[in-house]
Amino acid sequence: MAGPRFVADPPEAVRTVAIETLTALYHRPSGTTHILAPPAPQILEALAGRPGDADALLRRMEERFDLASDDAPNAVAARLAELEAAGLVRRA
Amino acid sequence: MHRLELRIGPVSFRIGSAWQRPLDQLRRLYAGYPPAETPCDFTVRLEPARPWRRFVRPSLTITGDYWLPDTAPLPLSLGLLAAEMGMNLQMALGQRRYLLLHAAAVEREGRAVLMTGLSGAGKSTLAALLGERGWRFMGDEFALLGLDDGLLHAFPRAVSLKNEALPLFAGVVAERLGPLLEGTPKGTIRHLRPDREAIMRMDEPARPVLILFPRFGADLASAVRPVGAAEVFVRLTQASTNYVALAERGFAALTGLVTAVPGRAIDYANGGEAVALVETLWEETR
Repeated sequence: MAGPRFVADPPEAVRTVAIETLTALYHRPSGTTHILAPPAPQILEALAGRPGDADALLRRMEERFDLASDDAPNAVAARLAELEAAGLVRRA
Repeated sequence: MHRLELRIGPVSFRIGSAWQRPLDQLRRLYAGYPPAETPCDFTVRLEPARPWRRFVRPSLTITGDYWLPDTAPLPLSLGLLAAEMGMNLQMALGQRRYLLLHAAAVEREGRAVLMTGLSGAGKSTLAALLGERGWRFMGDEFALLGLDDGLLHAFPRAVSLKNEALPLFAGVVAERLGPLLEGTPKGTIRHLRPDREAIMRMDEPARPVLILFPRFGADLASAVRPVGAAEVFVRLTQASTNYVALAERGFAALTGLVTAVPGRAIDYANGGEAVALVETLWEETR
């Protein structure tokens, strides 16, 4: 399934702090603060400076994380759309 | 223009007024405070709303380094309140050296309690009550979080006691009280000068150990609930007037605070209950 390719800012563009199960993220280019729940921080990490479509993203995440849910593709697609709306990922 | 300079914690103000009386009231209220450090950080000016309003039904507007358009003029009888509002405004709009939190703070043994919440939640009254019961009062309006040291820095301005809180302080010596200000936008107000210890030790910062979200209500049962760090973070970004302006430094200071210091919401129906809750929770942080 070829779809749009996405990319997130490189690691040096963000500062993150774990707060309980969430992640506070400061996005340097925009000066905005975001509170993220899993798997959003993992998506950003997988796309940081490395463009990829949804399939590539899933593969990268499966290499590093145990995606427990069968519904992972849909969940990741939904989070990707939210991160694009928030300005944290963009189309490559 | 009449002038007065005043230092409250690390912030020096220069206050200019077209009338002498508000400055006399301010000088009396802040008796014993240290001299201002020049150049002052902020300027506040109380000026006639219209030139003839200096004499005819005098009404004043607040201006200064920072000001808001469309603020309603106040009668000269509320000049002291206007000066206080003017100082708040400069801090809220112009402070860049500290992360400014809309919060009260008290300290004991170098360990501070931060109390934040919506206007009317009772944080001002609670901080003032604690200040009369062995705690060092560090401020009732703004808490200053150091950007580099993560410590709370005192800003012990006069407390503005409102309406039903006034009888709770009937026992303090009269010279610590400002004039009774009736018909203000927040009802009847009377300012209380913090006690001698609060003034003497205003330059001593303290380590925050507890963040409280107090809620006062005559019908509320006394209660304590934990507030998770992420929620504390979000609520404090909303309680800060300069979080966005400080950019990454604000983020670093605030995440540092909320990941190190526990948050609790407390409900109380009277001051005695609230003081007991704060003391118990503060003990538990040891």
